[in-house]
Amino acid sequence: MSKPMDMNAKKPEFNASSLKRVIKMMYHFYPKLVILIVFSILFCAFASSIPAIFVQNVIAVIEKWVETGDWEAASAEIIPKVILLIGFYVLSIALMTLQSQLGAYMTQGFLSKMRCTMFDGMQDLPIKYFDTHKHGDIMSYYTNDIDTLRQLISQAIPSLIQSAAIVMCVFAIMLYYSVWITLVVIIGVVFMMFVSKKIGGGSAKYFVRQQQSLGKTEGYVQEIMNGQKVVKVFCHENDCSKGFDELNEALFQDSFRANAYANSLGPIIMNIGNILYVIIAMVGGIFLISGLTNFSISGLPFSISILVPFLNMTKQFTGNINTVSQQINAVVMGMAGATRIFALMDEKPEPDDGYVTLVNVKENTQGELIETSERTKKWAWKHPHSADGTVSYIPLKGDVRMTDVDFGYVPGKDVLHDVSVYAEPGQKVAFVGATGAGKTTITNLINRFYDIADGKIRYDGINVNKIKKNDLRRSLGLVLQETNLFTGSVMDNIRYGRLDASDEECIAAASLAGADDFISRLPEGYSTQLSNNGANLSQGQRQLIAIARAAVADPPVMILDEATSSIDTRTEAIVQQGMDKLMEGRTVFVIAHRLSTVKNSDVIMVLDHGRIIERGDHKKLISEKGTYYQLYTGAFELE
Amino acid sequence: MIKQLMGCVREYKKPTILTLLLIIGEAIIEIFIPFITANLVNAINKGAEMSEIVKTGLILSVMAIVSLAFGGLAGFTSSKASAGFAKNVRKDVFGKIQTFTFGNIDKFSSSSLVTRLTTDVSNVQMSYMMIIRIAVRSPIMLIFAIVMAYIMGGMLAGTFVVVVPILAFGLFFIAKKAMPAFRSVFRKYDKLNESIEENVRAMRVVKGFSREEYEKKKFNNAADDIRKDFTKAERIVALNGPLMQFCIYFNMAFVLLVGSKMIISGKGTDINVGQMSAMLTYGMQILISMMMLSMIFVIITISAESAKRICEVLSEEPALKNPDDPIYDIKDGSVDFDGVSFKYSESAEKDSLADIELHIRSGMIVGIIGGTGSSKSTLVQLIPRLYDTTQGTVRVGGLDVRKYDIEALRNSVAMVLQKNLLFSGTIADNLRWGNKDASMEEIEMASKIAQSHDFVMSFPEGYDTYIEQGGTNVSGGQKQRLCIARALLKKPKILILDDSTSAVDTKTDALIREGFRQYLPETTKIIIAQRISSVQDADLIIVMDNGRITAQGTHDQLLETSKIYREVYEQQTNGGDSDE
Repeated sequence: MSKPMDMNAKKPEFNASSLKRVIKMMYHFYPKLVILIVFSILFCAFASSIPAIFVQNVIAVIEKWVETGDWEAASAEIIPKVILLIGFYVLSIALMTLQSQLGAYMTQGFLSKMRCTMFDGMQDLPIKYFDTHKHGDIMSYYTNDIDTLRQLISQAIPSLIQSAAIVMCVFAIMLYYSVWITLVVIIGVVFMMFVSKKIGGGSAKYFVRQQQSLGKTEGYVQEIMNGQKVVKVFCHENDCSKGFDELNEALFQDSFRANAYANSLGPIIMNIGNILYVIIAMVGGIFLISGLTNFSISGLPFSISILVPFLNMTKQFTGNINTVSQQINAVVMGMAGATRIFALMDEKPEPDDGYVTLVNVKENTQGELIETSERTKKWAWKHPHSADGTVSYIPLKGDVRMTDVDFGYVPGKDVLHDVSVYAEPGQKVAFVGATGAGKTTITNLINRFYDIADGKIRYDGINVNKIKKNDLRRSLGLVLQETNLFTGSVMDNIRYGRLDASDEECIAAASLAGADDFISRLPEGYSTQLSNNGANLSQGQRQLIAIARAAVADPPVMILDEATSSIDTRTEAIVQQGMDKLMEGRTVFVIAHRLSTVKNSDVIMVLDHGRIIERGDHKKLISEKGTYYQLYTGAFELE
Repeated sequence: MIKQLMGCVREYKKPTILTLLLIIGEAIIEIFIPFITANLVNAINKGAEMSEIVKTGLILSVMAIVSLAFGGLAGFTSSKASAGFAKNVRKDVFGKIQTFTFGNIDKFSSSSLVTRLTTDVSNVQMSYMMIIRIAVRSPIMLIFAIVMAYIMGGMLAGTFVVVVPILAFGLFFIAKKAMPAFRSVFRKYDKLNESIEENVRAMRVVKGFSREEYEKKKFNNAADDIRKDFTKAERIVALNGPLMQFCIYFNMAFVLLVGSKMIISGKGTDINVGQMSAMLTYGMQILISMMMLSMIFVIITISAESAKRICEVLSEEPALKNPDDPIYDIKDGSVDFDGVSFKYSESAEKDSLADIELHIRSGMIVGIIGGTGSSKSTLVQLIPRLYDTTQGTVRVGGLDVRKYDIEALRNSVAMVLQKNLLFSGTIADNLRWGNKDASMEEIEMASKIAQSHDFVMSFPEGYDTYIEQGGTNVSGGQKQRLCIARALLKKPKILILDDSTSAVDTKTDALIREGFRQYLPETTKIIIAQRISSVQDADLIIVMDNGRITAQGTHDQLLETSKIYREVYEQQTNGGDSDE
């Protein structure tokens, strides 16, 4: 099989616009909730910065009364203030509860919607996408990248909003009291921001590197673990450990640096904050002693009752800047994750401009085909003609003709040249040839996993490009070399071929495929649960279920791609019987590893480097003594 | 389990201890900072001399700088300690896996080993870092803060009698509720991701049957189910914030109200404004310390699962041991099975091999034929001691295999496994697995015998052609021939091919065997095959069925004596010269 694996899906770097898009999507999914939560965060920030003033007011009152020692008189002033303060607190707690509960609901809802959007979009991508991207990379969108997104929206963004709001409030209050000292605070804060940008940036850089190192190590480990038995047989344990040690050391270096930056940031910011605190105290002291005129919005003269709240507010400032700086990693990694997720979402879906559909029909008394919604087991192509607005019904027969087809996975590198194949209903057409000769490619074209570059493919006389892809594929049964079963019962797996098949129909299909025998001997028969691609079954048994799955769909055309290779000769005999029964009365395209399985084909095509070099039935080809003859007698290698 | 993991700290003990000391130092300073700050505020309040203010300010600044240095350094050492610890754990786990025998390897799936070496180690690293940074700091902070609060606030510290139990109980309750919820949702989450992987892998089937809409519906239902569980779990944890806030606010209101009464009634003598604001700060410290403790409690419980899985690997004992006084010299390539029985695990009811009596002279060509499950592979895997027999002895060169040094034995017995693979690297790199120091001539010679030289030379880069992971850029037959060449480079006394030419055409297959005859006359060749043609000309053919040798002899003898052999032969020859 030839698969173009050249596009080595380089992960895109992150960009800031993806953050904007995340927020937009959140708003799109939860317009009311987003607004509610943002307002709640803002109010909450407001409610928790306001008390700073009240605390100060209370202290001012205490200062005023402390000399007198008259609590009765003082309490008349203090208690209403404290009650008001408690009012704010209650409001703040209520809002916090509201926003955190709603936030949990929205975060998970959003992630779930993102997952579904990704998955739904992915189902509509062309096969080419899956052939050119590593499955591990696709998986990491759903695991790693979604996780970074979760960090971003459940923690980083809310705490950024909240901190920004608190900083703004506190800033306003500061200006209210004293512009001069605010200036000192600003200088300190700018310095802190500078430090956190330096250190935080370094940490983000190494966290990204750590991810890369981790990826490399994982790749190596995966390869060695898969080949562990080979390692043993060649006594290569020490060399493997050496190779691993190198990667492990690199990972250690990156992980160490990333964490060193991240871990030292907090203490550094907090202590710069402490120093700033001292500076404010001193500057304040100088103001107090020297009696410099204050300049403020409030117009209040500078006093101790201004200095003390200032000191508290400085702490609050520092604390919030620290919070913000701790989120830098989450933001950078979240943006990188979002960028990758959007790259997947923005992949172009498989285009489908087909308008010919497959419908159930019945014959009326005049012998005309009438469309019906019942299951008549009779199918026809419904072909609307846009020119005159009429609709014609063409019975589904399974006549496939390819004429002068050229095709290449990569533009400029054709893998098929001038291929013409005619398969009449009920005929068996076999493809034979070496790896890379283009056998699988031909079948990829019939069901339009890929589209041809030049030439024509007609199905029952209709150009396949006009047929809706889903309907086209529904009419083609598929059994592939690599068996893929799904988690679920054996019955579910067979029913995958036709979702409305009854249990009886599924069992009948299994009997036809020769699978009924072993299935009924399984501990729980047809309800036996399969997991991990049917790991508890043998290769031959899995293949039999795959054949039953194709049988229950009962399509007029079947494609069997190397369905019996990698099965031992004894099992093959059983599988072959099932296949032979399945092939009766259908148009079949078969690609086989063992020539014995294609001998009875109506036509055998020998492919070489994308060209058909010989065609005819077994007898004819043997008598010609060409490539087929050599292959058949074992003189040539067939891979 | 903890002891076992602690053994991985090793050379990172120094940064670990340093971290602890630095953190303790930082914590102590941090405790005193509010105390000094209170003094500063008081000094300012009292309208003290500027010089006194400057003095206190200077002390505070020095403390902040020392604390910054401690904190910054601790960030550095703790990262070094935890990343280093993780490195050692990975190294030990990987090293341990390298000592695994086939029996051990069978027990663990390769994907589970990969998870253990990556995700699990990362989790353990994270909690190690948390423990050395917070698990020591928080209790110290907590105790100091409570003590300081009493010293500073006296009566006012009574607030903590109320707040601390509320918070402790609340946090415990939340953690207890949340943990099982998260554990179960993570399990579901893994399943969801598995189903995505399944979908991606089976995309040709999905599209072939036009099941895109069906898959979407299936996925959306599962995703929504998980969303509900996740939301439930997250909502429990989301109670942490309000609870914390409640405690802080309660503390504030209490201190303000009671504190102001105490200050005013006592005319500032019992307790002053500075002390009151210090109380507020210590209150914060106490509550934050508790919050941190509950957080690491959760993290440690989650990573305990990971630690358990890592320890499973570390405590797995290799099933085979090198003998105390090993023999390094293997005399010749003769192989004898004396009454050998074997089963994979003690609990297995049925023997995989029973009563094997087999004698192979050095230099013979031996073919083994039998259906799947007849234990052909099991039989040959006993020769290089990949497994030990359950009963009886296997002898190589006349001596029990258990007497040899394992590495020496395996270097003399080259085996091409049925499930064989090439590693990423050039073809030459791959072949040098057989012999690190092999010259280009030796490589080409081995490659010629294995019939791989010609196709290798047809690649533009010849032996420097890069093999992708899993060897996806060479065909099945080419891969098999390269694997044979790799084994030949070991210059073995015994060569075992376990169904290693199944994708090679009959003609090339014959050429390979011809090469063996010509260039390796001394080497014992044991060939397992599906095709009779691959073993037809062997000196001895063994027919296996159900773990027993049912017949042995030459091709002609077996056609007479063995029904199974005759059946297979007829099936394969009927209608043509061969099945390929």
